[in-house]
Amino acid sequence: MFGYSFGELGSIFAMQAFSGLILFSVFLLMALGLAIIFGQMGVINMAHGEFMILGAYMTYLTSHIFQAYLPGLFSIYFFVAMVVAFIVSGAAGLAVEWILIRHLYRRPLDTLLATWGLSLMMQQAFRTIFGAREVGVELPQWMMGALPVTDVIEVQINGLFVMALTLLITGGVALLMFRSRWGLQVRAVVTNRVMSGAVGIDTRRIDRLTFGLGCGIAGIAGAAFTMIGSTGPTSGQLYIVDTFLVVVFGGAQSLIGTIASAFTISQSQSTLEFFLSGSMAKVLTLLVVIGLLMLRPQGLFVLKVRK
Amino acid sequence: MFDVRALNVAYGQSQVLHGIDMSVKPGEIVAVVGRNGMGKSTLMKSLIGVIPSSGEIDVDGIDVSGMPSFARVKRGLAYVPQGRQIFGTMTVKENIETGLVVTGKSEIPDEIFSLFPILWEFEKRRGGNLSGGQQQQLAIARALASDPKILLLDEPTEGIQPSIIKELAVVLKQIRDMRNLTIVVCEQVLSFVLDVADRILVMENGRIVHSDKREQVDEAAIAAYLAV
Repeated sequence: MFGYSFGELGSIFAMQAFSGLILFSVFLLMALGLAIIFGQMGVINMAHGEFMILGAYMTYLTSHIFQAYLPGLFSIYFFVAMVVAFIVSGAAGLAVEWILIRHLYRRPLDTLLATWGLSLMMQQAFRTIFGAREVGVELPQWMMGALPVTDVIEVQINGLFVMALTLLITGGVALLMFRSRWGLQVRAVVTNRVMSGAVGIDTRRIDRLTFGLGCGIAGIAGAAFTMIGSTGPTSGQLYIVDTFLVVVFGGAQSLIGTIASAFTISQSQSTLEFFLSGSMAKVLTLLVVIGLLMLRPQGLFVLKVRK
Repeated sequence: MFDVRALNVAYGQSQVLHGIDMSVKPGEIVAVVGRNGMGKSTLMKSLIGVIPSSGEIDVDGIDVSGMPSFARVKRGLAYVPQGRQIFGTMTVKENIETGLVVTGKSEIPDEIFSLFPILWEFEKRRGGNLSGGQQQQLAIARALASDPKILLLDEPTEGIQPSIIKELAVVLKQIRDMRNLTIVVCEQVLSFVLDVADRILVMENGRIVHSDKREQVDEAAIAAYLAV
């Protein structure tokens, strides 16, 4: 088939599945933040990719600081970088919510335009501060290389690390949403904002924290992104459409839906890319997603309750 | 003490409430009756703060009229809306826990489950999958979880079968007696009102036009106001 033996095809599928899993990790990390902001609050944040890139640049800066001042601790710089990325992107998110977003709730088109403008401003700021060229971070020694699985299949250690990180962050978000008092309040606000206020929930405070958390998670996604690719001022734009696709396809208010959707889209894209061109793989994936959304406009996962 | 003075509400150019004055003592149950469209639900929504109003709303001497609804809940108001509006995708337990947010407590008081044992039985079930009567109990339980001084109920009997309405009346009086709770209830079902209320106010075109104490109630006059 396609000029390959069955054995070769098996290896190809296995390798593409692994690269699909890395793509899944990036999609999921990006989509988690967006699922919280878009899915839970209904805010279309076109600058979400830039919050991710802010996290990536923070990782780049942290790696340089460790290289210059703490070379002995370079092997663990990434863990510090992740925390820095989360704090800086989250704080920027809190500030943006307070200055801009809170005036635009329930005005989705205005929010879309405002956050698109914000994304352009952030891109220019990145260009001015870090330059127009893409930058890359140096990986610590233990993250380099590959593990042989069979004679022909190897898996990259940095890819495995990104996947493990994704699992950890996803688990953390799930715990926060379903086991914490804050998550309870977020879910109540999503279900019925007016009634949430009338039972005693400070909905504005919840909105601000939710936006901040979503941006903070985008920052961590940016930190993970540096492990597998280089960072430029417009890198965030490459992923924003795919990420919205993941959230909408999964069902805007469903965490499980986001995970299932990120997995489906990344795997199909990765596998198709081997046999077709990258563009054609994207076109096919989009067509399938559009077709499925026509059949299920609410996305893959919707909670059913008695009306 | 719950005092409302010169409460006005307008939707655009249309004035819906015209200078409502109302004073309710601790432990008193006051029913506001009137036909559809007379302003009962608007009164309830303006008291809890989900729609804007002018005038004064005093809870124990503190004017809460300028506060957002969550701050009014902190001051002791609780609201059970028309149509219940429970959080359908959340479990029964989680629904009640949303009411605990203002109290800072982490555990649902046993008293709530003893008032509504069915909620204990169904605590893991989604709120949206309960029957209408069970959802009403859940909405009241959620309101009670915030440990209120004043409970506002908007048409609690709507869509509920007669036997459950009787149980609801018993529970409301029980809650009042247990907590010395002030209750303001908007209703159209006269038999329910006569069963629970200490005082009955009649609302017509956004004004309180008639007031009776339970022991001196003029049923015929009130029924005439409710007749379509």
